[in-house]
Amino acid sequence: MLGKLSLAAIPLDQPIPLAAGALVGVVLLCILGWIVLAGHLPYVWREWITSVDHKRIGIMYVIFALVMLLRGFTDAMMMRSQQALAFDAPGYLPPEHYNQIFSAHGTIMIFFVAMPFMIGLMNFVLPLQLGVRDVAFPTLNSVSFWLTCTGALLVNMSLVIGEFQRTGWLPYPPLSEITYSPGVGVDYWLWALSISGVGTLMTGVNFVTTILKMRAPGMSYLRMPMFCWTALATNLLIVAAFPILTAVSAMLILDRYLGFQFFTDTAGGNSMLFMSLIWAWGHPEVYILILPAFGIFSEVVSTFSGKPLFGYRSMVLATMAICMLAFMVWLHHFFTMGAGADVNGVFGIMSMVIAVPTGVKIFNWLFTMYGGSVRMSAAMLWSIGFMLTFVIGGMTGVLLAIPPVDFVMHNSTFLVAHFHNVIIGGVLFGAFAGYTYWFPKAFGFRLHEGWGKAAFWCWQIGFWLAFGPLYVTGLDGMTRRLQHYDVAEWRPWLLVALLGAITILAGIACQVVQLVVSIRHRDALRDMTGDPWDGRSLEWSTASPPPTFNFAVLPDVHGEEPYWSVKERARGQHTLPAAPHYEAIEVPHNSPTGFVCAFFATLIGFAMIWHIWWMAITGLVGAYATFVVFAWRDRTEDEIPAARVAEIDAANRRARNEALREMEYAS
Amino acid sequence: MSGVWTGDQTGEASLRINGDVGDRVGDFLRYGRRIAVSSVLVAILSGCSLRVLDPAGPVGMAQRTILLNALAIMLCIVVPTMLATLAFVWWFRPGNARAERRPDWSFSGRIEIVTWSVPLMTIAFLGGIAWIGSHELDPANPLPGEKKTLEIQVVSLDWKWLFLYPEQKVASLNQLVLPVGTPVHFRLTSASVWNAFFVPQLGSMIYAMNGMATQLNLRADREGSFLGLSAHLSGDGFAEMHFETRAVSEAAFAEWLKGAQASKQAIDTAAYETLSHQTLDNPARTFRLADDDLFAKIVGQAIPPGPGPATGQPDPSVKPTSTISKQGT
Repeated sequence: MLGKLSLAAIPLDQPIPLAAGALVGVVLLCILGWIVLAGHLPYVWREWITSVDHKRIGIMYVIFALVMLLRGFTDAMMMRSQQALAFDAPGYLPPEHYNQIFSAHGTIMIFFVAMPFMIGLMNFVLPLQLGVRDVAFPTLNSVSFWLTCTGALLVNMSLVIGEFQRTGWLPYPPLSEITYSPGVGVDYWLWALSISGVGTLMTGVNFVTTILKMRAPGMSYLRMPMFCWTALATNLLIVAAFPILTAVSAMLILDRYLGFQFFTDTAGGNSMLFMSLIWAWGHPEVYILILPAFGIFSEVVSTFSGKPLFGYRSMVLATMAICMLAFMVWLHHFFTMGAGADVNGVFGIMSMVIAVPTGVKIFNWLFTMYGGSVRMSAAMLWSIGFMLTFVIGGMTGVLLAIPPVDFVMHNSTFLVAHFHNVIIGGVLFGAFAGYTYWFPKAFGFRLHEGWGKAAFWCWQIGFWLAFGPLYVTGLDGMTRRLQHYDVAEWRPWLLVALLGAITILAGIACQVVQLVVSIRHRDALRDMTGDPWDGRSLEWSTASPPPTFNFAVLPDVHGEEPYWSVKERARGQHTLPAAPHYEAIEVPHNSPTGFVCAFFATLIGFAMIWHIWWMAITGLVGAYATFVVFAWRDRTEDEIPAARVAEIDAANRRARNEALREMEYAS
Repeated sequence: MSGVWTGDQTGEASLRINGDVGDRVGDFLRYGRRIAVSSVLVAILSGCSLRVLDPAGPVGMAQRTILLNALAIMLCIVVPTMLATLAFVWWFRPGNARAERRPDWSFSGRIEIVTWSVPLMTIAFLGGIAWIGSHELDPANPLPGEKKTLEIQVVSLDWKWLFLYPEQKVASLNQLVLPVGTPVHFRLTSASVWNAFFVPQLGSMIYAMNGMATQLNLRADREGSFLGLSAHLSGDGFAEMHFETRAVSEAAFAEWLKGAQASKQAIDTAAYETLSHQTLDNPARTFRLADDDLFAKIVGQAIPPGPGPATGQPDPSVKPTSTISKQGT
């Protein structure tokens, strides 16, 4: 009846996951209880869960990523404390638990923090920057989000039901094959990632279509803001790379469930095929994460320097070059498997070549600041911190791209330090910069600057304390994923690394405080104009938070910085342009499709992990039925009458007029 | 660290230590780098004795040279970029009345040329190093040496290393013994899951994989005991996958061989199959090698791959808390 599932699946003998699971359960129940008891359930259902508004979905993605960051960081703290303790001693985490923790840390941080954070920001910002009312497929967007939640839910379930994989964040065979990993851990990874991977792929299709087909009148490709270009590159990569992840997961599923031999090293299978396929997805994935961050830095540096982005066309070229090159370097992940010198040489050089467009970007941000007036807000601080940190990460990356150097560095803590250097110093700093920068657009008030800056300094210092030592231990021959060790020279460095992790913890605490303080003092931090930073692109031309329809009248674009030129004109003429003629606007009708689909997908995933076949079939039938019901829906859009549009727009125009007058009064 | 690498030495000296392997890399580097920077860097780094930077053989030496030179070249660009970032942020602060503001300036063809060509030329140069380096230091390249190359076959098991010396007919568990100055040709495979054989102070690592044999050539040029370990996660006992590498004199090596050949324990197919079960805490010990074809049988899977965790096979169980036995002597 319940397949392999029995009470034995609950790790009653292990207090740590049980306590963690109980804590999460209690918090979830409290939140749910509050929502229900305070009568917020209809609101949450109507305005959020079933919402197909790209802004709402974007906000939910970011909240989701922030929550998962706490989970992933808890794993990081456990790893750092284990390695600090486990010198010539077993530490407090036995290997079967420690191995699950670093596997979960990597999986969660990449798939459920970095990805949803970036996708959330793209969701929120893209249509606003492009000057349109929504993404191409609003309901599909909601499905993507909820399927990502399914993936995260499955990964977190493994904490208390069964186990998570112990093979590292990527399940390399033969270790991940049924012979060497007979438990359900690898299955949790496979189903969670297959399901959320489908969601990500649909996001890619959705955004590529949006960018290619749905720009405001006059917004040619070379007038799109930089963030839209990087988003285009990222989503092209998603569309090209994620099917590989799905295929390789499917092959491993076939191996584990039906005795196929794709990766078994016996009966004609070959484990190296997995290594090659997974990195054919995995390396583009790195650029999927970093490119939107580059876009965010371009926006932030330009806005806070009060200048257009330097070398815009050069930046576009560099972005698209990275997009192409991303697919030509994956072999550098296995230089040490004995490929020939020619192969290693070619892929080493290709990997280094990516440093060229990336270097161009750094220089262009530098010259964007040159001649500007550089305002050191928290968002800008994250960007400067990124520029200083990322160049080091890039440099160690080029070192690792030299095959003979990689021969002594592969899988060392030097590598661990390198990729955290680019992912924390690049992706995460970018995500935080974007979060700070666009927060007032989403909620109508700014985040508290002081706490934001405190968070930045803790993160920046903590990062170097945590990963500087790992560069050193890597040079001292320490490999990653060691549950214990007896090399005395590594110990002091690992203690410093723990100190770094604690400093980062302080940074995260600052961010939590920042959020609470900002919400409590929201009236003092309120921005009425919708343009708190003196922005340059279209998202700042509408109210904060933007109305459901984004723009009362679709903007007419005449240059690279449409909003900046409109603003300049208004400043010159001392008045806003005349109120436009308003028309009724159609917005997509809310739909529970995404949520219901994800519910059935969770059933399918859970049932397949535990071999509960009837439940899997129920889930499949349910998901198909949801699709049919959605396909035959008879109401697709709601109409907002022209009078209502005019009313909403009038409020924003009033605030902007006042701001204009104040500015003139001040000068 | 070896005395050759001190701060006051010129680049010529530092290139010479490449020895037989890195000559062409060295020649290539000679023309393009700023020797002073590299020497300062070496002076700083030689303060500590990090294993990768304190190699005991020609492969590791050449790799260290490439590593440090590439680092020095890149620092020449990275450090000024970082300084410029800080300088621009400081100089163009809103309150600075002396800063010239150019709020509409967003293009300069000349600067564009520089921003593309600086990274391009650097990477072209480093790309040359990568290309030559990956050929010179290909793990399959035999190493020169006056002495006859020693053949060693390496098998990674759950969770221990087995070293076979086919010509000497001995085997060693969790301890690798090498004669100093003799080039060693390794052939590597795995009894079950992936591992990577890595002795940081000797140089290159390489993967050991079941059903396949990889090759590696290394040489120890000074006596000593070096840390050896696995660089690829191989399951619950992974942290135990380390071994001592002893580089000893010719005489001591002969002595060790004699001891091993006289060992009471012999290793053949049956003994190997017992060994391939998952165990921890295997102290170093030696065997007579009773089966000349053992390595070939493992690679050719005439002996089936290691069985993995004992619980729950073949039916996937709920929680395979592996029954790792602690195997003493």
